[in-house]
Formats: sequence, C-alpha cells, structure tokens
Amino acid sequence: MKKLINQPEDAVKEELEGVAAAHGDRLRVHTAPNYIVRADAPVHGKVALVSGGGSGHEPMHGGFVGLGMLDAACPGEVFTSPTPDQVLEAAKAVNGGAGVLLIVKNYSGDVMNFEMAAELAEDEGIEVEQVVIDDDVAVKDSLYTAGRRGVGATVLAEKICGAAAEQRWPLPDVAGLCRKVNANARSMGVALTSCTVPTAGKPTFELADDEIELGIGIHGEPGRERRKLAPAHAIVETLATAVVKDLPFGRGDEVLAFVNGMGGTPLMELYVVYNELHTLLEGWGIAIGRNLIGSYMTSLDMAGCSITLLRLDDELTAFWDAPVNTTGLRWGV
Amino acid sequence: MRDTVTQGGLTAWLRAFAAAVARDREELTDLDAAIGDADHGSNMDRGMQAVVGKLGGLSPDEAGVGVGALLKTVGMTLVSTVGGAAGPLYGSLFLDMGKAAGEDAELTVAQWATAVEAGVRGVQARGKAELGDKTMIDALAPAAEALSAAAACGLSLADALRRTAEAAAQGMKATTPLVARKGRASYLGERSAGHQDPGATSSWLLMQAAAEALASDAPPDRPRT
Repeated sequence: MKKLINQPEDAVKEELEGVAAAHGDRLRVHTAPNYIVRADAPVHGKVALVSGGGSGHEPMHGGFVGLGMLDAACPGEVFTSPTPDQVLEAAKAVNGGAGVLLIVKNYSGDVMNFEMAAELAEDEGIEVEQVVIDDDVAVKDSLYTAGRRGVGATVLAEKICGAAAEQRWPLPDVAGLCRKVNANARSMGVALTSCTVPTAGKPTFELADDEIELGIGIHGEPGRERRKLAPAHAIVETLATAVVKDLPFGRGDEVLAFVNGMGGTPLMELYVVYNELHTLLEGWGIAIGRNLIGSYMTSLDMAGCSITLLRLDDELTAFWDAPVNTTGLRWGV
Repeated sequence: MRDTVTQGGLTAWLRAFAAAVARDREELTDLDAAIGDADHGSNMDRGMQAVVGKLGGLSPDEAGVGVGALLKTVGMTLVSTVGGAAGPLYGSLFLDMGKAAGEDAELTVAQWATAVEAGVRGVQARGKAELGDKTMIDALAPAAEALSAAAACGLSLADALRRTAEAAAQGMKATTPLVARKGRASYLGERSAGHQDPGATSSWLLMQAAAEALASDAPPDRPRT
C-alpha cells in the first residue's frame, strides 16, 4: 500500500486539521466529536442541513458545507458511519431555530446512527426531519436486502435542498423537496479497481487486471456482476440503460446528468464517459438540461465512475442554478 | 457464586466480554471480511476498551446507583465509540436493558431475564431484523428465550446463564447456511450463505462471558473519589 499518510489511524484526524488550516475563513472544524460547520452557523431562521457518513468519500460531505448547501457534515472513521453524539452536537451547533434536516445515505449503520441522533435531538427540543437517499439501481430486491444504497443523488439533494433552505423554505417543505430529488434520481456505478482503507492496508476486494465490477457500492460492496473490461461506450451503455429503465426516464424528459469519478479515475476519462452518455441520451430523446462532471463522491483510490440521472423540472433546475459556495461546489457567488 | 445480578457481577461480565472481544478480534474481523466490511472486530474492541475504561473511572454518583444506570452508561459508551451498525445495535441492547432494570441495586434471575428480553427487543426495533435474517438477533433472541424459560423454572443464576449461552451458541452456528437479509451482507445475496455471521458471533461471546462472570461475587470497582 502506498499512501500519503503518516499513521493510518491518524488519517481522518489529520485530514480534518488540514481542512481547518485551509478553509478557516469558510468552515469551522470541531474535533471530539468530529464535525464541520459553516463559519456563519447557526444561520438564524434557516432550516439547517446536516449530513455525514464515513470518511473516504471526499469531497462529500465536508466539501459541501457552506452557503447554499450543507450547514454541517459529520465525518466518521473511514467507511464507518458517524456516531449519534457527533450528529447531535453538529445539529445543535447549526440549529438556527427553524429545525434540522438530516440527509442520510441508505446503509444500515448510517440509518441507525442518524435515527438515534434524531431521537436525541428531539429530546433536546430540536425539530428534526430525516430523509434517506437510496438511488442505486444495482441493488434490486429491497425485500431481501438492506435496500438500495444512497449514492450520487446525495450530492444533488444536498445542493438543491441547500438552495431551498437559503430561501427560507420551512422544514417539512425542504424535506419534501429532498424526497422529490431522491424519487426522481437513479444511479449506477462501475469499479475498475478496488480501494484500500488505510487501516486495513490491503485492497477491500480482489479484481483481476482485465475485470470490472458493475454496480459497485461506494465502500466496495459487490454489484450486479463481474465482467471483462470493455470499451467505454459499452460500459456506459450498460450503466445508462440500467439507470434509464429503472425510473424509467423517457423520451421528452430533461435531466441533470452527473458523471462522478470514484477517486482514482482521471477527469479525461470522465469526459469520455460523459461524451458516450450524451450521445446515448440524445438517441433516446432525453435532453441533458444540466450536468456535473468530476469526482464528488469518491471511494478512496478506487478507479471507476458512477452515472446519476435526475429528472428535472423548473423548480429543481432553479434550485440547482442557485448560488453555492462550498469548497467542493461553487458558482453564482 | 451469587444468585442475583449486582454491579460487581456486571463489571466482571463486561470485563470478560471485553477480554473475549480483544482475544477474538481478528476472528470477528475475518468473519466480517467474508460477508461485510472487515471492521467488526476492531470496532467492538474499540468500544469495549472504552467501556472498560469507563468502568474504572465511574464517579460515585454513577457507581452508586443501581444496575440500570450502569447498563445505560455502557450503552451510551458503545453508541459513541463503536460506530457502524454495531454501535447503535449493541448500544440499544444495553440502553433498553438498563431502562428495564430500573434503580434496583440487584436483580433476581427473573428480573434479569426481563431486562435481557427488553434489550433484545430494543435491538430488533433498531435494526428491524427478524429471526433468520443472519444477524445478532439469531443468537440473542434464542438466548433471551432460554433465559426466560430458565427463570420460569426457578433455575439458579449460574445455571440460567449457562443455558442462555448454549442457546446463543446454537443460534450463532445456525446462521452459517442462512442468506443475509439485513446489513451490508445482504448485498451479497446467495453468496452470503456458508459464512457464520460476525454479529451473531460477538453476541454469543457476550452471553458466554455472562455465563463465565456475571454470577461472580466480585466486588464492584471502588468508585473514584
């Protein structure tokens, strides 16, 4: 394992110290328990958005804290959910009196830890809503699994709901908007390589040089099938077909197309993927109204990408275009 | 041997469980690597070391009150240190046991059985798992049932705990052929069969530690003044 770290168990702590050193003008980093809040928190009268999850997915979630997006992010250990006390303290730090929306990705650990945090926050008199994001079409049967995983739609939901919160939408409406984003978004990913958790020191799973894992989860969970490597157009067609058929998206739809890098794939390849996706969607009569291309929800050093499509309407488009000023996403300011 | 559960017995039990988790840390992690994310041993070890640290440093207030308060302290410590899915699940087990145990300084076998049943219901409420989903519940639910049956028959604490551990062991072994329906292992579908569940394994360790130490008449830790 080659990594630019000191001691593996210090990586998350030292990352947070680096974030604090770099972005003290925009963010406040709290340790023990760990959470990142926007520098002007709490914003009086605004619904506060709190998210979190295991570390190793940067810039998600800490890179999305700031004007127009999250009020707080709670980083857990690498690929390990944050704990309820972390989420509770973050919620208290950002509650501006209009309540707190917890945006949770659908993994057993995240769901339970945020649920406990919500109970604790309610005990302290904070109004809380939770929305669980589960957009990964690679997981099929929710009756016999923990359900679909939360992936790319999380980034889109945080951006769109953050904009609504800035416009002082009340908590039930921001939560409703978050559910709407989740209901209209679908994703699927592919891994070209495994990833290595610093404390584990070896790859999470084995993948031969000429193999890919279709439907990979962001912690290296297995997907739908393992295949031989193919040209980009074939891989993109597989991912896009699964995503489009699931909602389903149809002729005449306008979408936000999000091509996300898993951490170890160059932007060059992400644009190759986008080009294939663009051609395919055009052929299917689906218009790309907005796009996002880059590594926003990563899996450490994994090579690969995910494709997320979100069906747009005027409301979602307007909130997507609204100003955002975070270290990960920034426009309109 | 005592026939009631006291703070001293609880402390001995938690120390024995912490020692078992530390001893079997790699085994738990290897079981988890096969069907999960390879962190159950390290997460449980971190949590139980924190619990042991807490036991040694209880204030007179915390140490002076009943069995229930101690169990709740253990639950909150696990919730804030274990993370992942095991943190809320083991946390809920101890928190709900603590609520059911109340303020008494010692519990009879029947009261202990009631507390354990409440804890196991708490785990089920938190994780929404049913028997046969290949989770902790597969060890805990039969264990709680055996304990209640033993209490109803008027067995001694030591005998009741032995039966509880045996039931947990059977439940744990029975998870091997199961296909996981909850947690990260469920993404594997059929591929999860043939592996013993790591959560059921740590739950068996917990019940085995109770059989070894909970009936001991060790004095509680001297409160720090």
